[in-house]
Amino acid sequence: MTAIVEKRAETAVARGDAPEPAPAAPAAPPAGFAGTLKRYPLAAIAALVLAIIGLSAIFAPLVGTTDPTALNPAARLQGASAAHWLGTDHLGRDVWSRLVYGARVSVVVGLAVAALAVVVGLVIGLFTGFIRWLDPIVMRVMDGLMAIPGILLAIALVSVSGASLVTVIAAIVVPEVPRVVRLVRSVVLSVREEPYVEAAVSVGTPLPKLLWRHVLPNCVPPLIVQATYVAASAMLTEAILSFLGAGTPPIVPSWGNMVAEGRLLFQIAPMNLLYPGIALAITILAVNILGDALRDRLDPKLAKRVGQR
Amino acid sequence: MTTSEGNGPVLSIRDLAVALPAGADRRYAVEGVSFDVGPGEIVCVVGESGSGKSVTAFSVMGLLAKGELAAERGEILLEGEDVLKASPERLRDLRGTRMAMIFQEPATALNPVMTIGDQIDEVLQIHTTLSPAERREKVIAIMEAMHLPDPQALYDRYPHQLSGGQRQRVMIAAAMVLDPVILIADEPTTALDVTTQAQILQLIKEMQERRRTGVLFITHDFGVVAEIADKVVVMRHGAIVEQGPAAEIFANPKVDYTRMLIASVPSLEPPSREPAMGPVAVETHDLVKGYGGKSWLGRATQPAFLAAKDVNLVVRRGETLGIVGESGSGKSTVARCIVRLVDPTSGAIEIAGTDIAGLSTRALRPYRRRVQMVFQDPYRSLNPRRTVGASVMEGAMNFGLSHEDALARAQRLMGLVGLSPDALDRYPHQFSGGQRQRIAIARALAMEPDVLIADEAVSALDVSVQKQVLELLDQVKREFDLALLFITHDLRVAAQICDRIAVMRRGEVVEEGPTRELFLNPRHEYTRTLLAAAPGRHLGHAVAAE
Repeated sequence: MTAIVEKRAETAVARGDAPEPAPAAPAAPPAGFAGTLKRYPLAAIAALVLAIIGLSAIFAPLVGTTDPTALNPAARLQGASAAHWLGTDHLGRDVWSRLVYGARVSVVVGLAVAALAVVVGLVIGLFTGFIRWLDPIVMRVMDGLMAIPGILLAIALVSVSGASLVTVIAAIVVPEVPRVVRLVRSVVLSVREEPYVEAAVSVGTPLPKLLWRHVLPNCVPPLIVQATYVAASAMLTEAILSFLGAGTPPIVPSWGNMVAEGRLLFQIAPMNLLYPGIALAITILAVNILGDALRDRLDPKLAKRVGQR
Repeated sequence: MTTSEGNGPVLSIRDLAVALPAGADRRYAVEGVSFDVGPGEIVCVVGESGSGKSVTAFSVMGLLAKGELAAERGEILLEGEDVLKASPERLRDLRGTRMAMIFQEPATALNPVMTIGDQIDEVLQIHTTLSPAERREKVIAIMEAMHLPDPQALYDRYPHQLSGGQRQRVMIAAAMVLDPVILIADEPTTALDVTTQAQILQLIKEMQERRRTGVLFITHDFGVVAEIADKVVVMRHGAIVEQGPAAEIFANPKVDYTRMLIASVPSLEPPSREPAMGPVAVETHDLVKGYGGKSWLGRATQPAFLAAKDVNLVVRRGETLGIVGESGSGKSTVARCIVRLVDPTSGAIEIAGTDIAGLSTRALRPYRRRVQMVFQDPYRSLNPRRTVGASVMEGAMNFGLSHEDALARAQRLMGLVGLSPDALDRYPHQFSGGQRQRIAIARALAMEPDVLIADEAVSALDVSVQKQVLELLDQVKREFDLALLFITHDLRVAAQICDRIAVMRRGEVVEEGPTRELFLNPRHEYTRTLLAAAPGRHLGHAVAAE
């Protein structure tokens, strides 16, 4: 009971029932981006890691790489050396170069999938949440999409339309959309009951304007967070698809392809499998940590609690 | 533990000062607060929001938010023991056994996944070594003492199966089961209906008489104070402005602030008013709103629940019609139907000779601006991410007014509602509740409506602010010749502002008539019950007689 009482008191204070400091500013205003990083050191490291990965992907030719597809059968399965920083694979290709160029694929897939899934999901979610009769229809379709295993759907799509980066991206976007729709819809459903939205309805604001002005801004913070998770899972799915041979064509250096090829000679040259695996793990971990920090930062309730500790 | 049975105070607060975190608008949340609570005495701490009354109560329980608020000076003696110096373990021991607290919102203060009996039992489990059978007996006994119906059956129910009043009784039962010497009640009846409030106040009084519990009662409502207080402590800006025996405070308040607070409590005595004779602005015929009862394919069957049944109302221009009722009476449903925020199930709503009840969104548009609404919660009715100006001008611009014209109108309205025109550039969080409600009124007026609906528009405000907003509503009604539909649960407020009153109960209008007539000569049983339950109903007479 005492525990309950304490808890209640906390919530009572959090709700602002204890009428002390005016409920104006939520938590302490963090001093912009720098302040956020200071408060979440782990996120700062994650952001730095992602920046390095992103930059080296963009400027791949400038970071000590050679042609990642150039074959050199004479120099197969070599260890690390000055010429080949991470050695060579079973066809004599430079592993470092393939790793860096492979980052391009992962970054492109991650960003493209996140952007597409968020935009499509946002539009569908906004209207679904606000137009009552549309809701059951759209949501059942979304439920149907979610019921199909994502990887299976991707394999089917790729096998129908052929392997290319575009099909892979499309194949990963489709199963991600329902998740975004559900998130947006849930936000819309709670925001539409807010008196200020009702007030806007009663002053005759047309639906598109209403959604844009009053509802959308509330969806943005959770969406940014969701986008990071979508990006991380898209990178992983792309790697899985490539590994299974249903993703990017084998000629394209991608981490999934590298793992698939490295698997064959794992006992002889284990690092050829581990390098891309580690790169993938680090990237996804960094994206997720950043996503967690964003969630803490953008949710005022959580931000306050995290900040106090 | 033995109680030192004496006549000394059970709780004695001496020169308490609680510091606010750096950067707050003042240094101390409360400062120099001293008062006593004797055994079997009800001490009411009254004040408006920000007065520090809750902080005082939380300090006693040792429940101040860690890291934000800390007691800096003074002592809080609970039967002679300073709780400010007590260890966390000792505090935990004291809570529940020697001191207990109940909160405003019984719905959130109870654990929704634990049965009622278990929640009361938890206190006994933590603080006693009784056997399960003994504990159950004790729980049943305290539930009986709280006049909870059929305690044996109630023991295994969950909070959602109880009414608000019953839940508050359960909270009090859990607080009182170990017979603490002091009960701290933080606005325990604010969230309850008037009739339930009267019962809970009765219960607290009974407790204090029978068990000699000292009660520290926090409230903003002088009506409630008049009802139960032995002693009154008036707080403002974190300091005590006046304290003394209740009778003395009411008969002879020494400080202007106390006088103002007492005077701000609207009198239950309605002034006589001329009946309004303007043209009819809005009229409902047999308005019905039902929920549920739709079959799987959307075919309508008999609605499962009627929130409003056959409501017939007429409001003329220049007239204020009050709809009074308790929660669940359907008063807000009627308002929301008229604004068409919800679609009525059947019946007609006539505005300017047109029935708008069944109009499509498109056909409804021209009528939207004729009916405007001011919502209850001023903290949620303005979009926090948009400037006040954007909110006020939005409606007018929806109907084709240019930005300049809308701005000019908004500036004029700001002056009218008593705010400066540069308020338009600021954001809602920079304003107090009362100011926000003024902004909401300006937003409604910007549409140049015929009908203004105020849905509990003053019930979230402090009494002194409430009075000003009521005056503003009355003033704009006269100035713009509006039909004002005033929805409230508070009979005292209704008495002051309404020309006519309709009393609603369970979706039906049970009685309707001119305010004065209805108050002096209520015909329906329920109206009489409501009037009898209004706290501090003698207060009006006392002040008027002065």
